[in-house]
Order: sequence, then C-alpha cells, then structure tokens
Amino acid sequence: MSAAVELRRVSKVYGSGPTEVQALREVDLSVRAGELVAVMGPSGSGKSTLLTIAGTLEDPTSGDVFIAGHEPARLSRNDRARLRRRSIGYVFQHFNLLAGLTAVENVALPLELDGVPVKAARAAAMEILARLDLAERATHFPDELSGGESQRVAIARAVVGERRLLLADEPTGALDSLSGESVMRMLRRAGNDGVAVVVVTHDAQMASWADRVVFLRDGRVVDQTAPGPGPESLLAPGAN
Amino acid sequence: MSIRHALLALLSEGPKYGLQLRQDFESRTGEVWPLNVGQVYTTLQRLERDGLVESQGSGGGPQNVFTITPTGADELTEWLRTPPEVVPPPRDELVIKVLVAMRVPGVDLPELLQVHRRHLVQAMQEYTRLKSEIAEGEVELSLVVDAELFRIEAIVRWLDIADARLKRQPVRAPSNESAPRVGRKIAGVRR
Repeated sequence: MSAAVELRRVSKVYGSGPTEVQALREVDLSVRAGELVAVMGPSGSGKSTLLTIAGTLEDPTSGDVFIAGHEPARLSRNDRARLRRRSIGYVFQHFNLLAGLTAVENVALPLELDGVPVKAARAAAMEILARLDLAERATHFPDELSGGESQRVAIARAVVGERRLLLADEPTGALDSLSGESVMRMLRRAGNDGVAVVVVTHDAQMASWADRVVFLRDGRVVDQTAPGPGPESLLAPGAN
Repeated sequence: MSIRHALLALLSEGPKYGLQLRQDFESRTGEVWPLNVGQVYTTLQRLERDGLVESQGSGGGPQNVFTITPTGADELTEWLRTPPEVVPPPRDELVIKVLVAMRVPGVDLPELLQVHRRHLVQAMQEYTRLKSEIAEGEVELSLVVDAELFRIEAIVRWLDIADARLKRQPVRAPSNESAPRVGRKIAGVRR
C-alpha cells in the first residue's frame, strides 16, 4: 500500500539572491495510514513549510510529493483542489472555527462545500462528533466551547468524510497542559482509526504521543526516534 | 522519599495493621515504590520510639494495630509543608558532558545535543505510552508519570536552549578563569 503522504528530496527556497532563504533541504518523509508522526524543531527549522508542502498548499522548489499515491504536481488545478478537499484535513493552533456556525455545522462544512447534500453532511458530522465524545457539544457555538473542545471539534472537521491525512500545526500551542493532552489523545485515536497524522510541535510532551518523532534542523531532517519498544523496558532501568 | 512520613500519612486516616500499611503505601504511590514488610515494621518501631505512633497488641508482630499520636500528626503537617530541595545536584552529568564537549576538538555539538535529545524524547514516548494505558481512576499512577514526563521535558528544553545559545554565541577559546567564576556564582544560589 502506498504511503498516505510521501516527500522525496523536497527542497523549498524563498526569495532569491541575498535575501534567499532555504527553508527545506532535500527532506524525505513518508507517513503510512494509522501512523502518528511528530515533527520537532526550533522556530525557523522549516516545520511549518514542511506541513504546507505535505498539504499541497505550497509547491516545493524541487523534489516530489505524493498523496496516497497521487502526484498533485501532475494534476489539473481542479483535480488538485478536489484531492486536497477530500483527502487532507488541517488543524491549526487557533482552531479556525467559524463563529457563526455551531460545532456540527462547522464539522459538516467541508462536506457541504464538496457538494454533499446538507442532510447527509450533517449526519456524517454528527457521527464523527459522537465518535469523539463531543455529541453533547454539537449545537454549541464556538464561543460556548472551551479551547480544548474547540480544538477537538476542529479535529472532527479535519477527519470528517473520507479524509485520511491530518496535518496539524502546533495544535496544542494555545492550550493548557491537560487540554493539550486531550487533543493529543484525540489525534492518537484518529491514528488508531487509520488516519495518517502529522503534528508539528516544539513541545516534547505533545510530541511524545507520536509513534515516531522526526527532528528538523535548518531545513534538514537530522534524526528520528526508533519505533516504540515494548512497555516492559520502563520497568528495567538501564535496559537502554 | 520518606517512608516515615508516608506511613504517618496513611495512619492519619485511622488505625492500621502493618501489612495493611504496606499495601496502602504501594497502591498510593502507583506501585512504583515497592516496600518490603521488614522496612515497614522497622520504621514503625522507630516511629513508636519517637512517640509519633502508638501500638495496641502484643509482640510487635502482625497482630499490632498502629495509631498516629498528636505529636505524629504535627510532625506530618510540618513535613507536608516543608519545601523540597530545589537546588540541582552539584554535578549534573549532562551539563558536565556538554561543558566538557565544548573543549573537545572535533566534537559536533549540535549532533551531540541531538543524541541526548533523541534518547530523552524516546524515554518520554515510553512514559506517554504508559500514560495512555492508565485506566481512569488510577490518578496516583498518572501523577507519578506526569512528574517523570515534566522532569525529562525540562532536560529536553535545556538541550534546546543550549543548542540555540551555542548557535548564537560560538564557543570561545578556553579561558582558565571562566570555570571557577561560574562555580562561585552558582554556589551563591545554593542555600
């Protein structure tokens, strides 16, 4: 099976001449369905650029991007927009819920924009909210939700329908530790449901929810953690 | 960790047998602090000698029921409110390694910091995995795991700032004066 998202030797340069900034340098990254990957690095290391390129919101200067085996660069403008709409969900630091819509209307919106009849879109939105234990918040407006709840609604919106790639940029950045943890638990659950999740964060506690942590420095992937060992290694100090 | 005070805390709930105290202690500390029954009885004898607990029963064995005394209750309150030592250990191994590495020719400092960062983040992943498996209601274990996560995270953050600082201010030529000066200043922070 092809990866949910794959970057091959992706580089990105902004500007030119003396103001040129090399944001990414030959980055390889592949995330499979069901995997939760955290990308860590200091400010300016290229984390957000990596996410916008993986989400096809920006084109790389060189290198290739594949989304579930499709190559967006080779698609027409319309097909590409459709691929983005149907396959990829985004979560941002500041939730970006529409204030005039209820939680369920916010979640249904991407489906409605994609031409799904309102009734069916709302039903699908209700279903995902229920699965994420947010059913009783469905008719609340964003200003009636806590920060943690708003972000969980934003996650529901990002995975509604058939979307199988979720990209999150500092999703816990505006939240206290416990709300941040509830958001990471939710992303973990999305992963367990088969969604590929990429989270960009500088917070090691949040990154530690991931199956794999990728470290970025000066636009390069410099390191990553090993796949998880069994839980027994904790109980044997010095085992690693 | 003071077993003495932990036992006083458990007795503040009401009189208990020694064996019961051991079970309660382990369940309260998320079972991360195993205690043998000998340690429990030795500690109880000392507490009784110091007038902090009283026992009823004969022979000091498993039949004895222990009760906290008013002096013991005062001692417990005092201990709970005493701030723990927050001053770092005099020689933090990782800090020493990084300071030494700054003087070793050919060491790639960012790479060295990353080796330690990866190791620590992997340890955090293991604790978080453990946390994700903790059943609701096991608050004690969650608190113990949180404490470990915050402790390790603090080291990761130190590595991050060390990385950023070294990027901005490259290592200077060795100076014989700098080390004692740092030592004296840090010593001034300690109580």
